Amino acid sequence: MSGFQIVVLWSDVLVWLLLAAGIGLAVLIARNPPLLAAWRRVGSNRIGMASATILLAFIAVGLLDSLHYRVALDGKPGEKTQYAIEVLSALDALVGPLRTENEKTYSAPFASQLYAKETFDRPGVGTVREFPRLKYGASHLQDPAALTGDVAVTALRAGGLALFGWLLLASVVALRCGGWRAVWRGDTAFAWNAVLATLALIVLTLVPLFALAGDYHVFGTDKVGQDVLYQILKSVRTALIIGLVTTLVMLPVAVLLGIVAGYFRGWVDDLIQYLYTVLNSIPGVLLIAAAVLMMQVVIDSHPEWFATAAERADLRLLALCFILGITSWTGLCRLLRGETLKLRELEYIQAAQAFGVSSWRIILRHILPNLMHIVIIALVMDFSGLVLAEAVLSYVGIGVDPTMTSFGTMINNARMELGREPVVWWSLTAAFAAMFILVLAANLFADAVRDAFDPRAA
Amino acid sequence: MAEPMLTVTDLRLGFAAGRRTLAAVDGISFTIAKGETFALLGESGCGKSVTAQGILRLLPAAGRVLGGSVGLNGAELLALPEAAMREYRGGRMAMIFQEPATSLNPVLTVGRQIGEVLERHRGLSGEPARARMLELLRQVGIADPERRLDEYPFQLSGGMKQRVMIAVALAGEPELLIADEPTTALDVTVQAQILDLLAGLQAERGMGMLLITHDLGVVARMAHRIGVMYAGELVEVASRADFFAVPRGERDALGVRHPYTQALFAALPEVARRGQKLVTIPGQVPSLAAMPGGCRFAERCPQVMAVCREQSPPWREVAAGHAVRCHWQGAAAVDASVRHAVTELDLEPGRAFLEVADLKVHFPIRKGILQRTVGHVRAVDGVSLAIAPGRTLALVGESGCGKTTVGKALLQLIAPSGGSVRLAGNELVGLAGRRLRAARRHMQMVFQDPFASLNPRLRVGEIIAEGMGALGLERERAAQAAAVLALLQQVGLPAEAAERFPHEFSGGQRQRIAIARALAVQPELLICDEPTSALDVSVQAQILNLLKALQAELGVAYLFITHNFAVVEYLAHDVAVMYLGRIVERGRAEEVLRTPRHPYTRALLSAVPVPRLEGGEQRIRLPGETPSPANPPGGCHFHPRCPQATDICRQNYPESTVLSETHSVACHWPG
Repeated sequence: MSGFQIVVLWSDVLVWLLLAAGIGLAVLIARNPPLLAAWRRVGSNRIGMASATILLAFIAVGLLDSLHYRVALDGKPGEKTQYAIEVLSALDALVGPLRTENEKTYSAPFASQLYAKETFDRPGVGTVREFPRLKYGASHLQDPAALTGDVAVTALRAGGLALFGWLLLASVVALRCGGWRAVWRGDTAFAWNAVLATLALIVLTLVPLFALAGDYHVFGTDKVGQDVLYQILKSVRTALIIGLVTTLVMLPVAVLLGIVAGYFRGWVDDLIQYLYTVLNSIPGVLLIAAAVLMMQVVIDSHPEWFATAAERADLRLLALCFILGITSWTGLCRLLRGETLKLRELEYIQAAQAFGVSSWRIILRHILPNLMHIVIIALVMDFSGLVLAEAVLSYVGIGVDPTMTSFGTMINNARMELGREPVVWWSLTAAFAAMFILVLAANLFADAVRDAFDPRAA
Repeated sequence: MAEPMLTVTDLRLGFAAGRRTLAAVDGISFTIAKGETFALLGESGCGKSVTAQGILRLLPAAGRVLGGSVGLNGAELLALPEAAMREYRGGRMAMIFQEPATSLNPVLTVGRQIGEVLERHRGLSGEPARARMLELLRQVGIADPERRLDEYPFQLSGGMKQRVMIAVALAGEPELLIADEPTTALDVTVQAQILDLLAGLQAERGMGMLLITHDLGVVARMAHRIGVMYAGELVEVASRADFFAVPRGERDALGVRHPYTQALFAALPEVARRGQKLVTIPGQVPSLAAMPGGCRFAERCPQVMAVCREQSPPWREVAAGHAVRCHWQGAAAVDASVRHAVTELDLEPGRAFLEVADLKVHFPIRKGILQRTVGHVRAVDGVSLAIAPGRTLALVGESGCGKTTVGKALLQLIAPSGGSVRLAGNELVGLAGRRLRAARRHMQMVFQDPFASLNPRLRVGEIIAEGMGALGLERERAAQAAAVLALLQQVGLPAEAAERFPHEFSGGQRQRIAIARALAVQPELLICDEPTSALDVSVQAQILNLLKALQAELGVAYLFITHNFAVVEYLAHDVAVMYLGRIVERGRAEEVLRTPRHPYTRALLSAVPVPRLEGGEQRIRLPGETPSPANPPGGCHFHPRCPQATDICRQNYPESTVLSETHSVACHWPG
């Protein structure tokens, strides 16, 4: 086993900081009964918990993909160790063969042959044109005709294993929550039945899928022969970073400016309103395109800043988040300004003013906590919008670095594939399905959060 | 009794909560005859409004009819299909709601809203409909109906909106009118007008009326028969004469009224009880989810017996038409002797420590692109006051007269436009920063709405400690915690309340927390802005007792801002009456209340409905409503509504006339 060097990309730092912040927030919430009660309401919402389970699966993939390292190259002993130029992640190590087993070009899902015919010189037969066998996909089979049977047997075996694992987990839950009947009927405070049902769905799909992925390209391969499943897995991290880091950039701006405008009124309010009205009246895509192009020029003219291509792509991703954040804070800011206008007239704010409490302290102690429900709702709702926005921007060509895999770049590449005859449909379908599941889960979860935090319903 | 028109028999209404249905109204029966007013009386949360909604079958989404029957002239309403029910709503029975501001659609003209009913129920449209609308508006006493018909609700004042609402209700010529707290949102002088109007219209048309209210004064003024509701049950039904015949249940032999009714009467503040503690009802109305099995009042009843907790009491007829649901048959349930005298700090008015001279608060009205000031709303226009230590000054007036603004301007929460506020000789107006903060220690405020005045995200302990922290009184955590506990004890809350959140407390308890918060910095003056107007009578009594006890104990002075004269009579040493940003009369409480000299004070006093049979013979009725302070009438502000106005009143604002050392009035013709 050769050594390795840990690589910490900027986005990794942010991802793990976000995770830490999330855990910190959870601890704070656990100490604050009204917030805890609201989150308990989220916990009892079946659809919300089912979508949260799916989101957690996505987040787990994203986190695994955020531990980066470089492998040491074999060198002569005594010399300074050289590290590979390629930056890998924990996810790459886990799904090893998916990354390395590249075919020559397109192959359909579960195929044993390439998608296009090639010309061979076969000794004794002469020149023939036929579909060549894949280098890796179904290469363990002597006879391609046995493929269906092999797939079925492997899938069933893995499915059985998954079912067993699920039953084990479910019985632990049932034991702790007062029996199968209580869990099944939804008598538990936490919507365990929804979580367990979703988990069953996930493991029964994913375990067979990955069991098959070792021998087959389950979602096919793309133009350069890369496995589409691998691309999907790598895209998850990009989508999560775009969705989360952007909100992180935009949130402080929106919260600070919104509250300040609403609380202090007067010229401060006028100035901030002017700012966001101007920003809002410029077409968003235009503004983003201009900023991205400028940034690209800067990055291209300073190659010495980056040790690896991954670092460059990473910085570009962060810059994109930053630009998206700068242009998308206006909606939340306006919302918070309106709510602050309402809150500042409430009597408990006036009581605090009568005690001579300073304005910033009033904002921190009295206004901000009473706005948190709006912030949380906006945060979850914006996430799905941003994931979709990345796809659109990458499609237009002003999104992430071309070397970085994302749902947007996958869809962009698929544009050409759809024009081929016979059509290559699997890249687009897989990217679309993965993004659809992610965004739908985020939206349903946002709905559950909004229902729980809506003061009229509480 | 006349033939009953509305017959409600054993009506049970409930709300679906999860998989259970909680009964909010549990088997009530009553009848209303033609031309009769039946009043449903009770505290909030007793199921009065739900009963009205159930009769109209307009229950909210979670509401369920659990049983019983509602008959209107022989027709069984609960069995009718929804389509047929529409014929009844608005046509044969109509409803007037509490809040006139939200019961009219803001984007439709008055005419459209009345016309809607006329078209649906009378089949009128076009010219005849318009003629009928004008007639209706005239009946409800709206001047210049031709113009008003094409106006929108925002162009009308509150009283006018309620008149329009009544016109809408009358348009279908209903046999039964349901009025749900029709005057609670209105000022006393306007309330008197609306009550007169309702009584007149009812007598004229022979309508039956179901009046829902918590105000004993309104009941005494309007009702023929009265039903007292408690926790979803009727506990007493009596005629007006029987109900008010035994004043406050103090005559021993006549302990015929339900203990709850007696307690309601005993909790009323009034002048005869000055210097005494008011009787309070301990605890609160049980929640729907935790209804006791036996008598529902048992937990709070002073006469509770073992049988009360086991068995729901049956109806017992104590006189013809007077029935009570109570096991107790003895003497007056509320013993007068439980009233401990509160030591009245009858201080001679010493040197005033807060002197306000010619205080002005003008809000600019800005218009146009450049936001140029085109005028001023003179919310407070030259108010002078003085408050001595340990005394209570009541600032009385109707809504919009600027009394709350005075309170906030004293605390410098709103910057005064002119005049001076001197605290122990130090000028406060124009003060800023640290010196203002130091001055704030001496004055604090208790707000009107206990639900909006406590931050829902802070613990009670943190709320109370906030002032101490901000003003730098107790910096150490331990000392602060000890101070918080002492304050909680002082306002009658348990020590563990400090660790809980405001939403776990009832309205009265929240107001106690607000008082504790204000007292935390040991102020010499507490500005109480209508601290009891959002509370039920029994809870109001608790808060008034507390305020009185605190004054006796701490010697704190109160500036009591209110529109409720009963509270003023009970609590105040001095009274100042405000009208349109100016004080029109002030003096010691007995001077102003016994011998009012300003026509406005006299009208205000006579407009207050009293919970007695007698009284109300010489009511002074004020026409119109308070004008806008942006554009006050020239001369004496009161002259357009004053019965005694002469030419001089139209030209000059009257100088203050000193009647005695303490009593002065701003009127050209002090009566």
